[in-house]
Amino acid sequence: MTTTEERPAYSAPKLAFLRNAWRGLTSMRTALVLLFLLALAALPGALLPQRTLNAPKTEAYITAHGWWGALLDRAQFFEVYGSVWFSAIYLLLMISLVGCLTPRSFEYVKSMRAKPVLTPRNLARMPHYTRFVTERTPDEVFADSRKRLGRWRIAQHDDSLSAEKGYLRETGNLVFHFGMLGLIVFFALGKMFGYDGQVIVQANGKDQFCNSGIYAYDAFNAGLRVDGTQLNPFCVRVNDFTAKYTDIGQPIQYSANVEYQTADDLSTWKPYRLEVNSPLRTGGERLYLLGYGYSPTFTVTYPDGTSRTQTIQWRPVNEQTKLSEGATKFDPPGITDPAVRRTKQLAITGLLAPTAFLHGNVLTSARPELDKPAVAIDVLRGDIGTDNGKGQSIFEVDQSLINDGRLKKVARKNLEVGQDVVLDDGTKIRFDGARPWVSLQVSHDPTQGYVLVCAIAMLLGLGASLLVKRRRVWVRATPGGEGEAGTVVEVAGLARTDQAGYGEEFTRITRELGKGT
Amino acid sequence: MPINETLSQYSDWSYTTAAAIYVLALVFFLIEQSFGAKGRAAAERAKQKVLVGAGGPAVTETPGVITTPPQTGRAERIGRMGAALLVLGALLHLTAIVLRGLATHRAPWGNMYEYGMATMFVAVVTWLVVIKKFPVRHLSGFMLLPVVILMFVNGTMLYTIAAPVQPALQSYWLVIHVSAAILSSGAFLVPGVASVLYLFKTANDKNPAKFPKFGPKLPDADVLDRIAYRTTIICFPIFTFGVLCGAVWAEAAWGRFWGWDPKETVAFIAWVIYAAYLHSRATAGWRGTRAAVINVIGFSATVFNLFFVNLVTAGLHSYAGVG
Ligand code: HEM
Repeated sequence: MTTTEERPAYSAPKLAFLRNAWRGLTSMRTALVLLFLLALAALPGALLPQRTLNAPKTEAYITAHGWWGALLDRAQFFEVYGSVWFSAIYLLLMISLVGCLTPRSFEYVKSMRAKPVLTPRNLARMPHYTRFVTERTPDEVFADSRKRLGRWRIAQHDDSLSAEKGYLRETGNLVFHFGMLGLIVFFALGKMFGYDGQVIVQANGKDQFCNSGIYAYDAFNAGLRVDGTQLNPFCVRVNDFTAKYTDIGQPIQYSANVEYQTADDLSTWKPYRLEVNSPLRTGGERLYLLGYGYSPTFTVTYPDGTSRTQTIQWRPVNEQTKLSEGATKFDPPGITDPAVRRTKQLAITGLLAPTAFLHGNVLTSARPELDKPAVAIDVLRGDIGTDNGKGQSIFEVDQSLINDGRLKKVARKNLEVGQDVVLDDGTKIRFDGARPWVSLQVSHDPTQGYVLVCAIAMLLGLGASLLVKRRRVWVRATPGGEGEAGTVVEVAGLARTDQAGYGEEFTRITRELGKGT
Repeated sequence: MPINETLSQYSDWSYTTAAAIYVLALVFFLIEQSFGAKGRAAAERAKQKVLVGAGGPAVTETPGVITTPPQTGRAERIGRMGAALLVLGALLHLTAIVLRGLATHRAPWGNMYEYGMATMFVAVVTWLVVIKKFPVRHLSGFMLLPVVILMFVNGTMLYTIAAPVQPALQSYWLVIHVSAAILSSGAFLVPGVASVLYLFKTANDKNPAKFPKFGPKLPDADVLDRIAYRTTIICFPIFTFGVLCGAVWAEAAWGRFWGWDPKETVAFIAWVIYAAYLHSRATAGWRGTRAAVINVIGFSATVFNLFFVNLVTAGLHSYAGVG
């Protein structure tokens, strides 16, 4: 099936080059090589840390490997799936696929209308063959064959009949390849128009998270065509969070009761029980429960009697015991001069244990539940750096401020709930307890449904194309020659792909034909 | 619900016994493999003698020569005993899996030990089906060798006490996705081994000086190729189904259906390699040896995915719970 061969010979060399390049690109061998390349190119992503999955680990890896790490970084080995070379292979494969699917579709349409091939002269040479003599006339044999081969496609010739079955194989094959093409395209589109973002929300029933823009998130991964201005608005608040554990502290269930509002109905809060395997699906977004931690509450009472209370999330340093670390930062009230204020700001840093366990004076956590919370804190006073315009982590104080002596440690203490520590200037810091927070993820992928449809098409197509056999049967019936009364019937069979398993079907067919009615 | 320690203990005993029986069966099969072929060669010689003598008058007087080919009988019997042992081992193996499930009140493939146990069971059962359809029982030793090694590694280094699974695994997708993965990766062992043997056989066919002892004992390259192909075309759609279910599950549990997690990546790589294998069998110049090599690479990727990715890399799949 090559129409290109009929091209006039005077086509310019450039055209010939293009044509050859196209033919080369769309040949099956090229697809094979591209497939291998894709697998090979995907491999570093499994072996090296990836920035999209774990940014801090990636940076640590690069630093630890010197020039080699830097080189790999330059060559995009830490963002394999967004790299130029991975995309190039992906794109070439897609072109190759389009190139080979187009002619195959035409061929398919043609072959679906084609009659079964002519009967070969020498049937005895076929992989399956039998011959018998019957009383019936050739016409009766053919009529009987037609009946037996009910669902086969049949062509009658002078002294023979050819039949073919298993066209579903080609259909399946085409469905599979088109499914794959669709999957690749929709996957890429989803990457362009989708986004996901993570945010921590206190499980106190008050704080709201609203999907109003990128700024509302702690982290946000936008697709190429997402600028964050047109997110579907919806809001959630988290009423409570519960975790269940086994005796040895292995988690078995997380759930959070949330309430949400969507854009189409801003007056009601609808409840939903969010669990690990059951995200909340609003119109276009999904909301996931990713994890949880605790926020300690501290009350600072200043010498003048005013007090400030804050509940800020700390992050787990040990996922099994939920021993957490963090920094809760306070601005002194009533001081307007920024220079003075920057000598009196406070930061409370250290460890929070939900179920305290003391090794001498060292605080650890025995279990992840909030049974006996306690903190081991350092209180720092001075400039906490919130005025200098530099962004800083909510979980840490800026170490450079301590190194510069602008932030000094003024107390260190272990506190249980209700206990306090009094600073040299009379300021009192009380630990009031802790509450859970949950980390939520909002995901938006407009094409994932189409990807699923394509994947299912691939699977069904694959099944048909691998398990259906394309097979042929020929029946030749001729009046017997010398010495043979009746009709000589020859039956032959050929499976066009893998022969295995066809033998049994063939035997059955011939047995039935031999018996007659 | 609490773990039933007694049942879990019985499960461990069944596992160990099954492994021991496999070792015994392995020995039987190796005996069959080494002496069986010799016996067959001897039988061949005996037959020739009879044929040579056929012209002479002696034949009619000694018809007994044909009916008692020396040694074949004994090797054959040992092989059949090996097969019986294999069935017995598989039954105990199944018992171990079922007891583990009863002990934990969940699908018994929630951590790597259980996963390995179920995978090896599938491998053995697939092989039992193959030897029912193809005359390759004497090759069972080559199949059992990796099974025994993997069962040993699994039962010692990867052993985990029975426990419930963590929240992300508490889903009916655990049953669907993981059992598809177990079915396909267990059964992929068969084409993997068949393709390795195919490479030995074709090397020997091309140059009889290579593997002169081993090559002639193997069945026709054609038979090995057929075993590899027919198992692969059944495994591959199951594997595809498993990956697809994994993606559906990941969408519910992790917030995206595909995120190039190491396990996902290597599954993709293995999938592509098997797709390449199927293509190579339809590409002129790639059939035969090259296809077999690709199939072996595909199986290596499967094993790599099971061990390396679970134990070395830190991805979302790493809650395999290796204790
Ligand atoms: C230029 C591109 C491609 C061409 C010309 C092509 C051609 C074919 C042909 C002719 C078959 C039938 C083989 C047979 O009957 O045994 C086939 C099957 C298949 N193809 Fe492709 N293909 C291409 C790309 C791909 C790609 C990129 C993949 C997967 C990543 C793929 C996966 C498969 C699978 C899984 C089968 C089923 C195996 C089978 O039917 O034996 N193909 N392809």
